[in-house]
Amino acid sequence: MTIEADYTTDEMMSVVAARQLRDGQVCFVGIGLPSEAANLARLSHAPNVILIYESGTIGTKPEVLPLSIGDGELAEQADLVVSVPEVFAYWLQAGRVDVGFLSAAQIDRFANLNSTVIGDYDQPKVRLPGAGGAPEIASAAGRVIVMLRQTRKTFVPTVDFVTSVGFGKRGVGRRGHRGAGPSVVITNLGVLEPDPESHELTLTAIHPNTDPADVIDSTGWPLRVAENLVTTVPPTGEEMRILRDLKERTARAHAVT
Amino acid sequence: MAEFVSLREGIAKLVPDGSTVALEGFTHLIPFAAGHEVIRQERRDLTLVRMTPDVIYDQMIGMGCARKLIFSWGGNPGVGSLHRLRDAVENSHPVSLELEEHSHAGMAARYTAGAAGLPFGVLRAYTGTDLEQRTNVASLNDPFTGEQVSAVPAIRPDVTVIHAQQADRHGNVGLWGITGVQREAALAARAVMVTVEEVVEELDHVGPNHTVLPFWTISAIAEVPRGSHPSYSMGYSTRDNRFYKKWDAISRDHDLFKAWMDKFVFSLDFEGYLTALDDGSLLEMVDDD
Repeated sequence: MTIEADYTTDEMMSVVAARQLRDGQVCFVGIGLPSEAANLARLSHAPNVILIYESGTIGTKPEVLPLSIGDGELAEQADLVVSVPEVFAYWLQAGRVDVGFLSAAQIDRFANLNSTVIGDYDQPKVRLPGAGGAPEIASAAGRVIVMLRQTRKTFVPTVDFVTSVGFGKRGVGRRGHRGAGPSVVITNLGVLEPDPESHELTLTAIHPNTDPADVIDSTGWPLRVAENLVTTVPPTGEEMRILRDLKERTARAHAVT
Repeated sequence: MAEFVSLREGIAKLVPDGSTVALEGFTHLIPFAAGHEVIRQERRDLTLVRMTPDVIYDQMIGMGCARKLIFSWGGNPGVGSLHRLRDAVENSHPVSLELEEHSHAGMAARYTAGAAGLPFGVLRAYTGTDLEQRTNVASLNDPFTGEQVSAVPAIRPDVTVIHAQQADRHGNVGLWGITGVQREAALAARAVMVTVEEVVEELDHVGPNHTVLPFWTISAIAEVPRGSHPSYSMGYSTRDNRFYKKWDAISRDHDLFKAWMDKFVFSLDFEGYLTALDDGSLLEMVDDD
């Protein structure tokens, strides 16, 4: 029997995402929670997971989490380092990636993602960093895990800009894209999955001590809740020990000197 | 043919007002010293090209060097927004900035086409995105299978500026670690300026696969030790993460930004900047968080 540990909502998200990865899978990873989740998986149940960062570092096994996508640590611990055109062309777009991670400033009910602009494109309220590697991850990875904190500002009926395609503006599908698209959206409140037919995001799991009404209230469209809604298994003591070790190592390595 | 020059001479000769300039480097080997020199020479109306405009483009945009930005991701890596870039886009301060944006793969394809002398690159992922309406992309049918794909136009910068670890005395350039899109950006450009950590008799990594750019593809080389700070040059320096974190506070307020730039970039040469870095004064205008 495992002992339930104390954890933050970010840690809950990382643990749930890590559990999604299977040993040996090839994962295209971004900075932040995805990087935390993928490395937690590598250090626990999936030691042979292959991590690719868009800086061209392939098969990297960082001792500490990178602060930037191009930290020297990622290159030093990689099986190989390729150029940026190569990582996108030969490795991602060619279909060699099983799982991609994405986040965004906004997501809509059909899992389309916005990381470009809030408000009007020409008169933006907030200019966001832009597409980066997201459109190709969304298009070409075998499937996509989205990690995003859930509020009415982030979960909106229609995104202000479709940077990366989930299931299209009307949810009709993914014509022109080779990957299966977002298979799961992991938030601080629960887990959403696209309905197999309509592709509408549906709440399928809630985290412990979370009220489904709060999840509905934190969603900018009338959120559908699965009939067989389950409660997420909380992080185990072992998962938390590995994750906290990783985070402490990381904090020491990046400490301001 | 590679000519050894000072940083000042190289920028004066190769980066005129109004030109299209790519300063490349994917987190690693970012040519900061060269960007500072562009600011010091008060270049205006530049079209800046770069996949990942980070702090160096924030500085150039905030100092009014740029008219247009061609890019795919503009942020402070691992920290957050670029406040000077946002101020230019959201408030036209200090001048308005035209944007032409792509995905990373789109930019990589554009540089690769430029390097190959081809008119365009080909992609799939833009289908169904709003990039289709907002940037220079065209739909195209594969003449062999009929599959619909997206075409993105080649990029041919007037000049590409990169930072590398080494050049030998002939001007062959060696760089290693995360090499980003530098080779494509250099070969796509009409002229290439390289700053290096060190000019050496023989490159550290010798052999047929290790000269990334041969001397006859390079226009000018300037030896600028630590010229990638606060980015890094593998084998020579490590990334100054503290600088990136503090840049958020320096750049958030445009008066503080201007004062910092005047003091450490505009009034000093790069050696003076490094002295301020080493004695701690470079970052003392803002508190640690």
